[in-house]
Amino acid sequence: MVNRVVVGAHYGLRDWLIQRISATVAALYCLALFAYLMLQPDMGYDAWTLLFSNQLMHAFTMLFLLCLYYHAWIGVRDIVMDYVKPAGVRLVIHVLVILALLLYVIWSVQILWGF
Amino acid sequence: MNKQRPKHLALYLIKLPLPGIVSILHRVSGLLLFIALPLLLLMLQYSLRSIETYTELMGILAHPLSKLLLLGLLWAFLHHFCAGLRYLAIDLHWLGDLAQARNSSRAVMIVSLTLTVFAGVRLW
Repeated sequence: MVNRVVVGAHYGLRDWLIQRISATVAALYCLALFAYLMLQPDMGYDAWTLLFSNQLMHAFTMLFLLCLYYHAWIGVRDIVMDYVKPAGVRLVIHVLVILALLLYVIWSVQILWGF
Repeated sequence: MNKQRPKHLALYLIKLPLPGIVSILHRVSGLLLFIALPLLLLMLQYSLRSIETYTELMGILAHPLSKLLLLGLLWAFLHHFCAGLRYLAIDLHWLGDLAQARNSSRAVMIVSLTLTVFAGVRLW
């Protein structure tokens, strides 16, 4: 009998790889945003909203946030799997983290397209 | 080979090496950033929604306690960023031996802390 825990890992390479790819995307976005902000002479409300009124900026910010949430899920899941041993408690925390991150996805769309 | 048993380890002499410290801080900073996510999203929302909420946010962020919180989160971000770059370098087999592992850990600590101090000076 294969003894696998339902709230365990996927026993594979996929999450490991996604963790690195999402990290790279997020890092590049942060560097680009930081460079842009440094080049702006005075950053006020107008320049800030002008930056975020761009469709391309919407897309890349959303991509960044989605990468960030997936990255956070894998990271938090690993931490929970290391320190929380009872399967029931682990399941509850996992579900709460997933629901929170899904809510953040909806919230992000509202922020970017709704302001 | 006759080893002496039981073996008593001098636990007070055993210290977590620097790469281990960087590693656990990578975890801690990542968790902190995850916990701060709703706060960061709220800040983004306030900064974009209207000039009123933007001004309100700037007022809140001018408070010394907010600055302290912001600086803490900034450290978490910088440490997570730098340590993450180091892990990517390790994955690409750029850091081969123990000396490189230790030196790069030292570099992560120095760079992230220095940048945090710089940011702190700029914040105040």
